[in-house]
This record gives sequence, structure tokens and C-alpha cells, in this order.
Amino acid sequence: MYDPTVARLTYRGLLGRRRALILCALPVLLIVISAAVRGFTGADDQVASDVLGGFALATMVPIIGVIAGTGAIGPEIDDGSVVYLLAKPLKRPTIIFTKLIVAIAVTMAFSAVPTFIAGLILNGNGQQIAVAYTVAALVASIAYAALFLLLGTVTRHAVVFGLVYALVWEALFGSLVSGARTLSVQQWALAVGHKVTGGDLVTSDVGLPTATVLLIGVTVLATWYAGQRLRSLTLAGEE
Amino acid sequence: MTTLNIDHVSRWFGNVVAVNDITMTIGPGVTGLLGPNGAGKSTLINMMGGFLAPSTGTVTLDGEQVWRNERIYRHIGIVPEREAMYDFLTGREFVVANAELHGLGDKAAQRALATVEMEYAQDRKISTYSKGMRQRVKMASALVHDPSLLLLDEPFNGMDPRQRMQLMDLLRRMGDEGRTVLFSSHILEEVEQLAAHIEVIVAGRHAASGDFRRIRRLMTDRPHRYLIRSSDDRALAAALIADPSTSGIEVDLAEGALRIQAVDFGRFTAVLPRVAREHGIRLLTVSPSDESLESVFSYLVAA
Repeated sequence: MYDPTVARLTYRGLLGRRRALILCALPVLLIVISAAVRGFTGADDQVASDVLGGFALATMVPIIGVIAGTGAIGPEIDDGSVVYLLAKPLKRPTIIFTKLIVAIAVTMAFSAVPTFIAGLILNGNGQQIAVAYTVAALVASIAYAALFLLLGTVTRHAVVFGLVYALVWEALFGSLVSGARTLSVQQWALAVGHKVTGGDLVTSDVGLPTATVLLIGVTVLATWYAGQRLRSLTLAGEE
Repeated sequence: MTTLNIDHVSRWFGNVVAVNDITMTIGPGVTGLLGPNGAGKSTLINMMGGFLAPSTGTVTLDGEQVWRNERIYRHIGIVPEREAMYDFLTGREFVVANAELHGLGDKAAQRALATVEMEYAQDRKISTYSKGMRQRVKMASALVHDPSLLLLDEPFNGMDPRQRMQLMDLLRRMGDEGRTVLFSSHILEEVEQLAAHIEVIVAGRHAASGDFRRIRRLMTDRPHRYLIRSSDDRALAAALIADPSTSGIEVDLAEGALRIQAVDFGRFTAVLPRVAREHGIRLLTVSPSDESLESVFSYLVAA
């Protein structure tokens, strides 16, 4: 199911100079903001939760997910170099599964790790807040990577649609319409985070059982469908 | 011995028919797929390579379906027309990756790089390669698993004459080894130099198939039109019309030239300078007025 060569090519493509810079920008910003907040307000659990929930989980994780998820396959489909993977005796779901693993690993590395560091800076993991948001970021990384990888196989404008989903649906509608919150990776991840802290600092509109089912369901379905998309991907001629 | 069978294949995109009911068999040796730009060659090659589903009809390789059959790639090597190819890798890394994806190792990659004579630049990034070098590395990636069928889409595009000769030699060698090699081109001379067998596609239809010389004759035997200016147009017209190689001459007063229709191309090209010399006429302009590939191909379709 996992092909190390596909993984190597995907990593090299994803972590090219320009994309790596973009991937680093948000985590660096999070850590700088956390250090500044800590410097101004001192260690405050509520403030730590606000920064990690409002910026790390609501903004940084989905954006990193968009970059890693769509970037793991979109550019290869766009420029046609995916033909070198497709013209091999390699099952298409293997290509998708491998790229998903890479996208998850990159999303986790560039979102969960800085979330944990920011949590430590903000309040030294008081009330398990740093761990709770890190676990939420890890869980969200899996679902985002799968969703945005699928998007990369569906449309050439995957980054735009991904950002619209992440910023408009999750951030804007999520804060205005309660129903939208139920269909939000962020809320599902928060439900898992809530379980870790047990307190009221990390809360979700979705119960843990529902969140778990939706997280697994969305990840599995998106991965399966991306495999199907790749199976019937056609490379039209240049004519 | 690998045979690719295209059986009543059509492909349309919305209302546009790109390939229209084509049936052909591609056997061992080098076959040229010839046709003007936009004729449907790339669409057909994409269907042959399993990257595009035929709207109707089937493409099979030794009886096995090509579409949605990954196993088939053990036997097929593909050199796509598009340039993109993991530019951030070196040539060697790229070919090794292609070998690994076939379950092969460094040895196969090195052999393929040696075959295309790219060892000298194998450690340079692909982004620094010239068009010809890219083409050769693409070839190496297609040859790495020693395929019995090689599909190349416009492989000579943008290559300089020396690179072109090298690639032609290589493809000729592949054909002589008994592989089935199919390449597409819109340039008659390329196909003439390389392929004994050609398939001609015009406007999505299969216009001609078979021995190159026969099709070349069909092409050259069609009525040719020339625009000629000379020191004495009327005297030249009178002398030429007496020869059976010419079927019609118009004196174009506006252009100050003769418009000549020749029915025997070979004879006409020999007669014209001889007649001019015998009558002391200087030829100022001799230009074919319908030599565009499209007109040649349209004639083939009508033939």
C-alpha cells in the first residue's frame, strides 16, 4: 500500500524551497505571537486557549493542510508529470495512500509541533492545554490532508477551494451558523482535544462519538474517492 | 512480439470529435503516426498508453485491455510530449526513481542512462537540461524496464539536428531489436527518415496506412500548384503547356506571374528548368503554392 519511491518524490516536491518557506511562515508567526502574548500578559490559561484555538487550530492547521494536501498531488496533475507515476505497474490507490501519508506527516510536522511549542511558551502546558491542542492538531491534520488531497485530484483550483473551505466555511460560517460547526474538521478535532483536558478551556459543539465517526468516515471516504479519481484520471492531449 | 490493436476507436470531448472510428494494428518495428497539428495524434497516443478512455472501441496490447490496467505498464514505455518531469531531481535520481517504480534498481537505471548517452550529465538537475537532454532522460525513464512497446509523442519537437539524428538512431535500433515503436510527428521528413510503416491521421480520421513509399507517392503524385515568375511568362507558358506534365496554366496579371498546375511532379521539376534554358527564359520565382501539410493531408483523405 505504501511506496517509498512515490513518498520520496512527494516529499521532495512538497518541501521544495518556495513551498517550504510558505509552510514555515505560519508556524514561525504562531511562535512569535505566543512569545509576545506571554511577554505581555504572562501565563494565562484562557489566553493560551484562545491563541491556540483561534489561530493555531482554526487558521494555521487548515492552511498547512491545504498546502500539504493539495501540494502532494495537484502540481503533478497540473503539469502532467504524474504520468511518470501512472505509467507504472503501480496500483492507483497505492499512489494515493502514499501521498496521503506524506501529506499527513508534513501537516503534522508543520502544525502540531509548532502548536505544542506555542502551548509550552504560552502557559507551560498548564491544564494540559498545549497537549490538548496538539492532539487536536494531529487529528485535524489527518482529516485535512485526506480532504485536500482529494481536492487536488478533483480540481485544478484545489488551493483556492481549499482556502475557501478552511477560511470561509470553517472560520466564518462556523462562527455564525451552528449547523456549519457540526460539519467542521476543527470542531471534530476540538472534541478530541476536550477529551484530553477534560476541563472547559477546550470545548466543541460536537460530541466525541460523533466527532470520531465523522473524522474516520471523512478520512476513509476522501482517500477512497481520491483513489477512484486517480484511476479514471485522463490526460488529455495538448491539441 | 508485441502488437497493439486499436479497434474502431473514437474519442470525443463534448461536441468535438477528436478521434473518429480508427482501426489500426501496430506491430514490431518503427511506425510513424503522421498528421498535422490538431489531427488527434496525441489523443490517440493517450488512448494507446491508457491515459484516456476511448468513447467507443477498444485498445488492446496482445489481447489485454490497456485502459485501467496498471499491469500493462510492465510492457509499455512512454515518452510524453509534455516537458514537466520532476525538475528538482537530477537526471540520475529521476531515472532511478522510474526504475524503482518498476521494482528495479540502480543497475537498470544506469543501463538506460548509458543507452541514451546521458551519463555525462546524470548528476545535473533536470531544470538545467536542454530540450534534447530532457528528451533523452525521458527516453531513459521509458526504457528502464526494457519494454516491448515504446510510445513517443512528438519526440523530435524542439531538438537540434544532431540530437534528432541520435534519437532516430536509437529508435531505429529499438525497432531492429524487434520492439514495437510508435512515434507521432507532424513533419513528413522525420517520418520518412525513420519509419518504413506509417499511419496518417487527418482531422481525427485514419487517412492512410502502410508502406511509407506508397503513401509518399500518393502525396507526390497529387496535382501540384506553382507560382512562377520569369523574364517571359507567356513564352514559358506556351512551352510548358506542350508538355504532358502540366495540366493547366493561368496568367495572373495582377500578380505578374504564372499559376501552373502540374500533374506529374517528377517530370515537371525536370522539364521546367530545361524548357526555360532552351528558350532563353530566366526563372525569377518558383514557389509551390499548396505545399502546406494540411493540403497534402487533405489530398490524401480525398485519395
